[in-house]
Amino acid sequence: MAETTAPERATNRGPGRLLIAVYILFAIAATSRAGLQIATRFGEAPVAYLLSALAAVIYIVAAVGLARAGHAGRRLALACCSVELVGVLAVGVLSIADPELFPDETVWSDFGGGYGYIPLVLPVLGLFWLWRTRRDPA
Amino acid sequence: MNDTASLTSSPVDGFLATAAIVLSLAVAVWALVAAVRQRPPDRVQFAGLAVVELALLALTVVALVALGDGDRPGEPGAFFGYLVTLVCLPPLAWVLARMEPTRWGSAIVCAICLVAPVVVVRLQQTWEVVGG
Repeated sequence: MAETTAPERATNRGPGRLLIAVYILFAIAATSRAGLQIATRFGEAPVAYLLSALAAVIYIVAAVGLARAGHAGRRLALACCSVELVGVLAVGVLSIADPELFPDETVWSDFGGGYGYIPLVLPVLGLFWLWRTRRDPA
Repeated sequence: MNDTASLTSSPVDGFLATAAIVLSLAVAVWALVAAVRQRPPDRVQFAGLAVVELALLALTVVALVALGDGDRPGEPGAFFGYLVTLVCLPPLAWVLARMEPTRWGSAIVCAICLVAPVVVVRLQQTWEVVGG
């Protein structure tokens, strides 16, 4: 096993558990928002609503990745946090540059301003946490 | 209850909602102090979560009674989404805090108790907003 030679610190303890809690909250928020938007008025802003759904999936998978804590879990979380950071930045810029693209709000519109900018901070914290736990201090 | 009364009064905008918000913020402050002092979640935090949950369940009952009387929220889908989320928050904090008996458990209680008042306010907005 290659992993055993470079032991990694578990991502699901200590501050990691707080991070998972916040990811769970955002998974719930994004899932309910996307579910409601797609169920009730999908035709109005399909791009925005599909994006909400994508964000929801990413939050769920990131939470699962951090909680699983193994090597595969870390990779999953790393991929999700990266996509999330790119997504929140891209959608943030686009929603300001061309508001027509997103006639209705998504979790990532205005850099997550509707959610206290936590969607912008969260992937950074996630990546920082993965970096901090890359080696077991023990 | 006549029409003007049902337009002006919201079942989720009374004493119970205010009590839930204040209690939740109080637990958040207590948990924050514990987290800063490197203390794991104590009995006060768990008791506080239980009290907040009771207030939220009472709020849910009041809302359901109002619905039974024929009152309707402005955005029913969002209203029920927020209501279900809301009553799940204290149990979520409880479970995660039990799993994490360190200062970070207190930090989790603090974070979730800061989110709950926001959800209560959103719940009130989804009852009142008509159209839009």
